[in-house]
Amino acid sequence: MDLVANNLSYKPDDQYHLNEVSFNFKEGNLYTILGRTLSGKTTLLKTIAGLLTPDSGEIEFDGKNFLKIPVWERNVAMVYQQFINYPHLNVFENIAFPLKQRKIDQSIINEKVMDALKSVGLLGYENRKIQELSGGQQQRVSLARSLVKNAKILLLDEPLVNLDYKLREQLRDEFKNLFSKGLADETILIYSTTDPRETMELNGEVIVLDEGKVLQVGPAKEIFENPNSLKVAEISNDPPMNIIEAKILDNQIRFEGIDVEAPQHLSKLTEEGLKIGLRSSDIELNENGHEFEVELAEISGSETLLHLKRGDTKIIVSIEEVLNFKIHDKVKINFKIDRAYAFHADGKLASSPFGGLNG
Amino acid sequence: MNKLYIFLKYFFIVVWTVFVVAPFLWALTTSFKDFQSVNGGVTYIPWVDFEPNLEGWKVLVKSPAKGGVDIIEPYFNSLFVTCTASLISIILGTLSAYALSRYTFKAGFVKNNDITFFFISQRIMPPIVLSIPFFLFLSSINLLDSLTGLIVVYIVLLMPIAVWIMVDFFNKVPREIDETALIDGCNPYQAFLKVVLPNSIPGLIVAGMFCIIFGWIDFFFAFILTFTEVQLLPVKIVALNSSVTPWWSLSASALVSVAPLIIVAFIVERYLSKGNLSGAIK
Repeated sequence: MDLVANNLSYKPDDQYHLNEVSFNFKEGNLYTILGRTLSGKTTLLKTIAGLLTPDSGEIEFDGKNFLKIPVWERNVAMVYQQFINYPHLNVFENIAFPLKQRKIDQSIINEKVMDALKSVGLLGYENRKIQELSGGQQQRVSLARSLVKNAKILLLDEPLVNLDYKLREQLRDEFKNLFSKGLADETILIYSTTDPRETMELNGEVIVLDEGKVLQVGPAKEIFENPNSLKVAEISNDPPMNIIEAKILDNQIRFEGIDVEAPQHLSKLTEEGLKIGLRSSDIELNENGHEFEVELAEISGSETLLHLKRGDTKIIVSIEEVLNFKIHDKVKINFKIDRAYAFHADGKLASSPFGGLNG
Repeated sequence: MNKLYIFLKYFFIVVWTVFVVAPFLWALTTSFKDFQSVNGGVTYIPWVDFEPNLEGWKVLVKSPAKGGVDIIEPYFNSLFVTCTASLISIILGTLSAYALSRYTFKAGFVKNNDITFFFISQRIMPPIVLSIPFFLFLSSINLLDSLTGLIVVYIVLLMPIAVWIMVDFFNKVPREIDETALIDGCNPYQAFLKVVLPNSIPGLIVAGMFCIIFGWIDFFFAFILTFTEVQLLPVKIVALNSSVTPWWSLSASALVSVAPLIIVAFIVERYLSKGNLSGAIK
């Protein structure tokens, strides 16, 4: 049972929320929609759920025209980024709600709700009021409510974004477990996120969305290794990939008075307006390196993010250590240039270290 | 400083309480007086200052033939008209408010907010402006001097209150809750009845309270649109005031007429203090 979309467009005002989006989702798979805020992720999920009707395009599920089926008959489940539950019902009643709606036998409902509570780790909470739960627990309730239906399509709209760091990690692991334990093989799982790390960890098929347009589709690894454009490289890296305007001359990459020997996969690119992309983790501190000035140093977790500047070139370096720097300090860095990407002036990938479009 | 604060706090509470309660006490004592006690100077304490009697209260239930004024029928007329009109206003108002909150309407330059304002604007006009149109309207459909006619007019007056309160309330209920209900297999009507409405009870209670109060205290339209067949309580009370003002029965009827509002206030206050009015929707 495939979910197929053709050229979905939705333009409620003068901006496209969806712009000619097409996809082919197969049952038993996990699809991650990666995009920045306002890129159209929620719109896409709501369109699949049936809460929005696209201006043009088609969605088919199991060979049937999905657009003609109203939301309440589509058998989809959705978890929102806000923790949406029914405030007037307790935890048990919340999870039982979709089953009651289907007029299922009470004893079967009890059994299923208990199973769902168990799988999200909320056994013993069934009589609590929703308002008495923490954010993480509320989100578990809404996950349990969507699991209990055995929906053919499960939509998760940035389910972790409103949780604090610790809970997010924990719940993300539980998600991975749930997903890999075979949420029945017939489910199509669609997960939207802004976080590239989440995308890589979930390791499904990735759809990169920007301004309502699909930029790239492929397995997580492929998106990471060979982003097909500058935009994808920015969206799929956190912090975004450093982009350096450089020239390649005589096998030397030249920018801001620095000469670095070009690695093999970049050596044949000599065109004007070339942009070199380098991940923040592919730059290291080195006594013998090139001097940059510190603009900002932020410590996040066990990592230090250095915002550096030299001339007009600004780069971000992430170091797996907690280090203290002052603004305007001088630091010396080295580039792991053999891991650099090159993009054409129009933003298309020119060459990647993983073999995409090599010279 | 702290002591002064406490002193001032209780001082103002006492002053305010006296201010609010005194008229009621005044009415209560007066209702047990007769002509002589009322006109014989200032007296407060029964059995000491004056000899209490039940004449003021008895008059209210006696039929006019026996020299009474019989407010029982107007009383139940008032209750019936107020409750029916409030109930219908709440039902219609809630439905319109939900539509105005969730769906987009557009007719030329008229949009949702304009429609909401149109409802409220009915209450901005001075009532006197509406009196003649209402009079002509009711007489054209033969409903002058009837309970049904009054109910129709009161719905026009009360529904804007319900719409106004409920639009605001529904706007605060996240749309995602309705959407989740749809996803969970409810059609739009079920989503409204099973999910949105149960979460809107506090709003319904507030709207209901306002409707009942404004319906109950109306004198103007009840006075203009009824003559002999039907009378509402406020009109009847004013009619008590004949050549010799019977302060005792006026006081008694005033107390009886406030009673329902006090009961409503106590119920709502209970509900408020249980904390049910806040926090239903985060």
